[in-house]
Amino acid sequence: MCTLKAFQKKIGVNWQLYLLFLPTLAYFLIFQYGPLYGIQIAFKDFSAVRGITGSPWIGFEHFERFFGSYQFWTLLYNTIELSLYGLLVGFPVPIILALLLNQLGHERFKRFVQTVSYAPHFISTVVLVGMMFVFLSPNSGLLNQIIVAFGGDPVFFMARPEWFKTLFVFSTVWQSAGWGAIIYLAALASIDPGLHEAARIDGASKLQRIRHIDLPGIMPTIIILFILEIGKLMTVGFEKAYLMQNSLNIDSSEIIQTYVYKTGLLGAQFSFSTAVGLFDAVINFMILILFNRLSRRISETSLW
Amino acid sequence: MRKTTGDKVFDLFNIAFMLLLLLIVLYPLYFIVIASFSNPDRINAGEVWIWVNDYTLKGYHEIFQHERIWTGYRNTIIYMVVGTLINVVITLTGAYPLSRSDFYGRKFFMLLIVFTMFFSGGLIPMYLLVKNLGMVNTIWAMILPQAVSAWNLIIARTFFQNSISNELREAAAIDGCSNLKFFLQIVIPLSKAITAVMVLFYGVTHWNSYFQALIYLRNEDLYPLQLVLRDILILSQSMSEMMADQDDYESLGETIKYGVIIMASVPMLVLYPFLQKYFVKGVMIGSLKG
Repeated sequence: MCTLKAFQKKIGVNWQLYLLFLPTLAYFLIFQYGPLYGIQIAFKDFSAVRGITGSPWIGFEHFERFFGSYQFWTLLYNTIELSLYGLLVGFPVPIILALLLNQLGHERFKRFVQTVSYAPHFISTVVLVGMMFVFLSPNSGLLNQIIVAFGGDPVFFMARPEWFKTLFVFSTVWQSAGWGAIIYLAALASIDPGLHEAARIDGASKLQRIRHIDLPGIMPTIIILFILEIGKLMTVGFEKAYLMQNSLNIDSSEIIQTYVYKTGLLGAQFSFSTAVGLFDAVINFMILILFNRLSRRISETSLW
Repeated sequence: MRKTTGDKVFDLFNIAFMLLLLLIVLYPLYFIVIASFSNPDRINAGEVWIWVNDYTLKGYHEIFQHERIWTGYRNTIIYMVVGTLINVVITLTGAYPLSRSDFYGRKFFMLLIVFTMFFSGGLIPMYLLVKNLGMVNTIWAMILPQAVSAWNLIIARTFFQNSISNELREAAAIDGCSNLKFFLQIVIPLSKAITAVMVLFYGVTHWNSYFQALIYLRNEDLYPLQLVLRDILILSQSMSEMMADQDDYESLGETIKYGVIIMASVPMLVLYPFLQKYFVKGVMIGSLKG
């Protein structure tokens, strides 16, 4: 009784705050935790008539079917290769860009480069992929015109499986490296200028100062962002992959996310594709936890 | 202090690198602009490089007659305005209590929210939910499933934590100001910056999104601009180049694709130089205690 009263009192004083918070809470319960409840159909034989709760349990059957399917290893390989490739190329570029921008002496030139560098961030994925089709087109595309001008044969880049991942990764770099640099520039701006001053008096070159002052200074930011990126490892861009995908490059462009969309929404195999999606989400979450723990032990920086 | 030779070389390379970067980012955008005003035959012949060749407005002329583009434009604007309004109201009202240390249950609610950033039900359960709620093929499917972004909620919360002092609240409380009144009459007027950031973040997301429409909309009259663009830029493109029967797609696709890209990106790129400082501000706030 006593604790209940204390509880009521804590809420009572601030009841209007709960009123303000209500729409947010309702959103998360309905649209975020609602689908989490729906995940159970991965272990069920779902039919729309019986509904989520009414459909019979069948255990791990869908998972077994997925693991046993001939596409399983291809999907897993494509997903992991695409995201590791993206991480390897895409993660360092904004850091390098920020370090170099930070060294530009001319303030207005620096601001101009920066403003230009994050403009592509605001271009939609559809337009970005549309631009790739335009520039890489085998008969009218700019790149192939250059190749032909130098005596080569035109390449239909968008239809070649061996080009898919490279195009995917580098178009992402083009679009988001400038935007990604902002956060590192903010971290660089908070480094004590006295350190640079002292190093300069001791005769340290710019490169030395980048290596021994700037880089250690932004290391916590780098680690946090790296863990966040790792936390998305298995869920890389459905949006772009699906747009870039066609029947000719499918061997390389079919990733778990696009497979879930096709089998689930286009093929109406709701239970099976939910199981595939759940497999992906669980692996992803485990990688995140693992890296967060690893980082906490090694560098004492972690998300939680 | 004089620069050493090593530093001079470094600066030289750095400036050269930045100029190259400017070229890589700007040239594709520039090319689309000049190509949209050029004769498609000249583009195909590789004769468009640095300036418009054989100036024509044929592409734009066709676009203006293409009804689907206008419907898409209208739909996108509706989704963007209604969606952003709902987004911003819910984000600000939700973030404020979370910024208050005397909001009992705050840690639990934060955990509830942050967890969804790393683990979600996935595509199919989400689709089934939206379908069961009767929102498929309605404007609500474009708005409510994305009513709040956890990330933006955290950015707004960080802003409130750092800019609304406890003293201010206590002073207002002594004057008999209720929480609701305090939020509406003091917090909101002090939060113009974060409101602008949120409007822009959500607005851009709505303008650029095609995924929600792809999943939830079947009726073409409801298609937003991005989905119409996809049909024109990507489907027609790959079809015309892969299929033998290409006359139909080619004539439409070739002439208008550059202009269509411009049409879709112009509102964003025109506003961009004026608004970019708000975007940057948003990222900065987010990085404070991300």
